[in-house]
Amino acid sequence: MLTILFDGIAYGMLLFILAVGLSVTMGLMNFINLAHGAFAMVGGYITVVLMQQFGVPFLLCLPVAFAGAGLLGALLERTLYRPMYAKPHLDQVLFSMGLTFMAVAATDYFMGSQQQIMQLPQWLRGRTEWGTGGPFELGMGHYRLFIIAVCAALTVGLQYILAQTRFGSRLRASVDDARVAAGLGIHVNVVFAATFAVGSGLAGLGGALGAEVLGLEPTFPLKFMVYFLIVVAVGGTSSITGPLLAALLLGVADVAGKYYVPKLGAFMVYSLMLVILLWRPQGLFVRKGGR
Amino acid sequence: MKAMQDSLLAPSRLKAWEPALWLVAFAAPWLLPGHALIVNEMAIVALFAVSLDLILGYAGVVSLGHAAFFGFGAYTAALFAKLVMPDPVIGLWVGMAAATALGALCSLTILRGSDLTRLMVTLGMALLLLELANKLDGLTGGSDGLQGVVMGPVLGRFEFDLMGQTAAWYALSVLFVLFALARRLVHSPLGATLKAVRDNPLRAMAIGIAVQRRLAVVYTLAAGVAGAAGALLAQTSGFASLDVFALDRSADVMLMLVIGGVGWLYGGVLGAVVFKLLHDVISGITPQYWTFWIGLFLVVLMLLGRDRVLKPWAAWGKPKAQGESA
Amino acid sequence: MQKRFFLRTLAGAMVLASAGTAMAQDKFKIGLILPMTGPFASTGKQIEAAARLYMAQNGDTVAGKKVELIVKDDTSAPDVTKRIAQELVVNDKVSVLAGFGLTPLALATAPIATQSKTPLVVMAAATSSITEASPFIIRTSFTLPQAAVAIADWAPNNGIKKVVTLVADYGPGIDAEKYFKDRLTFNGGQVIDSLRVPMRNPDFAPFLQKVRDLKPDAVYVFVPSGAGAALMKQFAERGMDKAGIKLIGTGDITDDDILNSMGEVANGVVTSHHYSASHNSALNKKFVAAFEKANNGLRPNFMAVGGYDGMRVIYEAAKTTQGAGGQALLDAMKGQVFESPRGPMFIDAQTRDVVHNIYIRKVEKVNGQLYNQEFSTIKDVKDPGKTK
Repeated sequence: MLTILFDGIAYGMLLFILAVGLSVTMGLMNFINLAHGAFAMVGGYITVVLMQQFGVPFLLCLPVAFAGAGLLGALLERTLYRPMYAKPHLDQVLFSMGLTFMAVAATDYFMGSQQQIMQLPQWLRGRTEWGTGGPFELGMGHYRLFIIAVCAALTVGLQYILAQTRFGSRLRASVDDARVAAGLGIHVNVVFAATFAVGSGLAGLGGALGAEVLGLEPTFPLKFMVYFLIVVAVGGTSSITGPLLAALLLGVADVAGKYYVPKLGAFMVYSLMLVILLWRPQGLFVRKGGR
Repeated sequence: MKAMQDSLLAPSRLKAWEPALWLVAFAAPWLLPGHALIVNEMAIVALFAVSLDLILGYAGVVSLGHAAFFGFGAYTAALFAKLVMPDPVIGLWVGMAAATALGALCSLTILRGSDLTRLMVTLGMALLLLELANKLDGLTGGSDGLQGVVMGPVLGRFEFDLMGQTAAWYALSVLFVLFALARRLVHSPLGATLKAVRDNPLRAMAIGIAVQRRLAVVYTLAAGVAGAAGALLAQTSGFASLDVFALDRSADVMLMLVIGGVGWLYGGVLGAVVFKLLHDVISGITPQYWTFWIGLFLVVLMLLGRDRVLKPWAAWGKPKAQGESA
Repeated sequence: MQKRFFLRTLAGAMVLASAGTAMAQDKFKIGLILPMTGPFASTGKQIEAAARLYMAQNGDTVAGKKVELIVKDDTSAPDVTKRIAQELVVNDKVSVLAGFGLTPLALATAPIATQSKTPLVVMAAATSSITEASPFIIRTSFTLPQAAVAIADWAPNNGIKKVVTLVADYGPGIDAEKYFKDRLTFNGGQVIDSLRVPMRNPDFAPFLQKVRDLKPDAVYVFVPSGAGAALMKQFAERGMDKAGIKLIGTGDITDDDILNSMGEVANGVVTSHHYSASHNSALNKKFVAAFEKANNGLRPNFMAVGGYDGMRVIYEAAKTTQGAGGQALLDAMKGQVFESPRGPMFIDAQTRDVVHNIYIRKVEKVNGQLYNQEFSTIKDVKDPGKTK
């Protein structure tokens, strides 16, 4: 049982890292970016290519994946996304879907359609077991421990940036009301660009971390888009803790559901999401006055 | 006074090109017998798009799960034909009724929340139905799909043929009838209140329009129309499988609607025709990478704006967007 | 390769555009409907490459007519596939429909084959019931029951009595589970639990954990090719081999397409299947070498061999009927006996299904690459799904 909890938390943390960029982008720029999964895929493929063809160690690949996806995000934001900010939501949805299609087909063309398989370094492949069996046995795969550690560190870092730095307060001001923030002299455009880049970078990092657990192939963005959207919808777009708790909840529910009642399978996640959204339409964790 | 009345009533008047369009549509299966099948497919999808337009364009409800009703209508009609009687028209009614009932039930869920909430709730419903259909494989055939659906002749006389002409005319007729009804609805006082709700729900509530009830009504009606489209699909292809509930269906139909233009019933029809044509042509040229060109088309369309693409003379010097340049 | 492909499909598109002009007299057209996009795109690629290889090796003329291969993406939607098949038959006047990666697509298209009397050659889909959907369906791929029964026979003789089955929740998976269970129980073994994994499953962790907690001798796995790698890695990550649980399954989990990149975790896994790229025959070695050469070193897998043999069946039948189609072509396909890269095989004249050898193989490293090494052969396995 504890093992299942552990697995669920690891899965949830991974989802959080993947989805947090989307949540902040939606809350900040009110832009529904369905192409978010494509940035995750880019990060994953960067890592795989670096490891397989250039022999770069795994740990080094992670920041490169972050930087790569972030750069791509910044580039696209400046060129393609910016004209779309003022357009209605539907156009944004269509636009980002179009980008996703292009990303999927381009990846298929350059990298092939098969699953990409990563070889983890030896120190990440082990497993530690505590307890002797029964419900309180805790088995922790080292890779999942690694994921939890990295994601926890990132969460703490993000929360710190958001709450304690000037950039964070500028970001929060822009989320609450972009016009007033601009009126106060905050360069909202710069904030947008930086946030989008960081959000995409985080997605790329999530893709790199998740390639081992979730698999990586050209249709990755389409497969996982639904999960990211669920995290954002349930967690709300006005904070970081919201999506974090939502992701953890969903991760644990999914894993536990499949373990204890495998017949229900995927029902668990969807039903849970429906119940939560019907009960609290704005998401579970919304600041009063937030959007 | 007269001028103002005229301008308000103008959208509901029959335009000259409308009858012409329908005539061409009905003549198509006869003029192009080799393409009757894709005309059939276009008609079904156009009907589906029109049903989505009712809630999206006229009531402002963003839904990524409209396929729930499409699929429900499809499976109901298929099961009806298999287990009760193979008459297509009665099966169509049954499919529509079932989808309407489901729509009434689901309309309770979309009343609250933001765009994103509605998006996810509708999506969740569609996915739940998909899982349900998968689990009840004794009834639905599970992931293999429901086969053995043999349809009787339409109205007792017209057999479904291999060329697909009967299917195309059947689908086009249903599309025509439901479209005419939808048009009537949209230009009626009810339709006017819906547009008010779409544009500003708060203000609409302030002047006494029962917003919740209106939304529920239009959602139910749209579900029924979507169910009809699904029933048509099951009947003309003799088959129903899990992908009728899939996210792809809901997403594709939203794409079509936005391409054609939301808030304008013909938008659904136009978008369906354009999208299907593009898909077929590009897929014929490059079966593997056609998604890339469709994606490019969408991105360019959205960036340049639909008006500039459809009326390039209005944008001096801007090149017309080409999606299929290989 | 790309340019030729593009020109050929352009030619195919032009034929499509000129509906009604009957050029069928001097051409023999084959409509190849494959998953070219989506999660099963690698299947489509393999089959198309194999089909083109066959044409390259055996010429593109048969019985005096030019062979034309029209490749279409099935978009994984049965109604679209059915429409494409209908258009191919009615507009392009194909003599044969072929391909079909997924069961619902083949089942939806079956009535077209029957109505238009066009033979339909299934090169990939593996559910037993497909050949019964129409008298015009021939299969050259394999059926899951063939592989499942073989490993259910092997397991009890090798110390595996208690098994947990873990399959993907769709047609072939359910077939694999059922036939394995029935056969294992018949052989005196026991299936402790049957777990089904949803198709869109992101994480195998909870299912593998449950298997581990049940402590069987082995876990029998079937997942679509591609997911096998993730499953095996998580199997190792969870320490299941150390807990004494073996991994067995049908060959889909050690798909030649990606086997080599799976790494150490795949080593020693025992599976049953009809084809291994390392099958020791002169014909296979020639096939593999030619395939790798034409496709940038891509190793052919069981899907490719299904496509290759499908083309063989079509070509030979066309030679017998002098290029005619319909019932005569179907009859010429039934009962064909020949040597395939997988080994000897024939198309059963009654069931129209494939009868071939099933091999038990173990993953081993040969010349630095991982291969499925065959160590046991069960000859001429008919589809158990039909003899019931």
